[in-house]
Amino acid sequence: MKQFIQWQIARVKAIKQETPTAKTFTFAIPAWVQHRAGQHYDVRLTAPDGYQAQRSYSVASEPERTGEIDLTVERLDDGEVSPYLHDVLVPGDQVEMRGPLGGYFVWETTLGGPLLLVAGGSGIVPLMAMVRHRVAQRSAIPTRLLHSVRTPDDVIYAAELRRLSEQHTGLDVIYTFTRQAPANWLGYARRIDEMMVREVLQTLGSKPRIYICGPTALVEVAANTLARIGIDADSIRTERFGPTGGR
Amino acid sequence: MNGLDLSMDMNTQMMLDGNALAGKLQTIFGVEMTGTNIICAQCGGTSMMGELRAFIQSPGIVLRCPACESVMLRLVQTPRATLIDARGVMYLKIPLSV
Repeated sequence: MKQFIQWQIARVKAIKQETPTAKTFTFAIPAWVQHRAGQHYDVRLTAPDGYQAQRSYSVASEPERTGEIDLTVERLDDGEVSPYLHDVLVPGDQVEMRGPLGGYFVWETTLGGPLLLVAGGSGIVPLMAMVRHRVAQRSAIPTRLLHSVRTPDDVIYAAELRRLSEQHTGLDVIYTFTRQAPANWLGYARRIDEMMVREVLQTLGSKPRIYICGPTALVEVAANTLARIGIDADSIRTERFGPTGGR
Repeated sequence: MNGLDLSMDMNTQMMLDGNALAGKLQTIFGVEMTGTNIICAQCGGTSMMGELRAFIQSPGIVLRCPACESVMLRLVQTPRATLIDARGVMYLKIPLSV
């Protein structure tokens, strides 16, 4: 495996508003190295006085796209990096980055399935790279994406996921709304709990590979629930991003 | 916040995975480390470095065993050196850079 850890200057190619608080930034990467779905990049900002702030952001795009990556970033009001990315960055701007990073929270079709992806809020981002990789590989691996969001406005990638799940390739997307559900909503409208996890697993077959990403509290609840119902800990990979969704 | 368990203390809410430190670990060791094995000196459990419990809201970084929660590694970076207290580690594999 090629080792690549040098900081490099990436250029913003495009910016897309995904939700009121989330934007996707497409970066052209000069020394591009193919990532694995689930990996992240470190982004570093330097102030005129030399002060530096650094954060990690998951890649949202599939590894099959060459030369560029998408990072979807949630804007945190008290953040050091995300408000700059959201409020200041325009296409053509340059940002210091290094990656791809991380060899633990990764999935590729060769690892097989069935696959259970559990996301809290913007924890969907690295899981979306896995979904897009699965599509790019024309994989039919049975996949369930359980996404916990506060309100319908907070659903990132809603249109793309709807289109993908209507293609009947074995991908099902299940939402649970924790603060406000859409009108006439018949699905889940509560935090992830044991009954929900059992119901989602029931349709998936035995021995799933499980990836959980979100705020630390949600990941703890989901991982503990899965352990309690007898899922082998070795089949669960987690990515916690702290109390507020700092990633 | 989603799934917030009010019984969860502040330290637990701040907890990350070793995976979040992939860049820093790669800088220190020179290779990708989150997928490599590490054995806890306290309980003997084998983990991948990416699944250690990581606490980073302090001047240094503390990595704990996901099984028994013992401190395995403490890392402090100064302008002149990286200091590693590894008394909680029985075994660590550092892969060859290819």
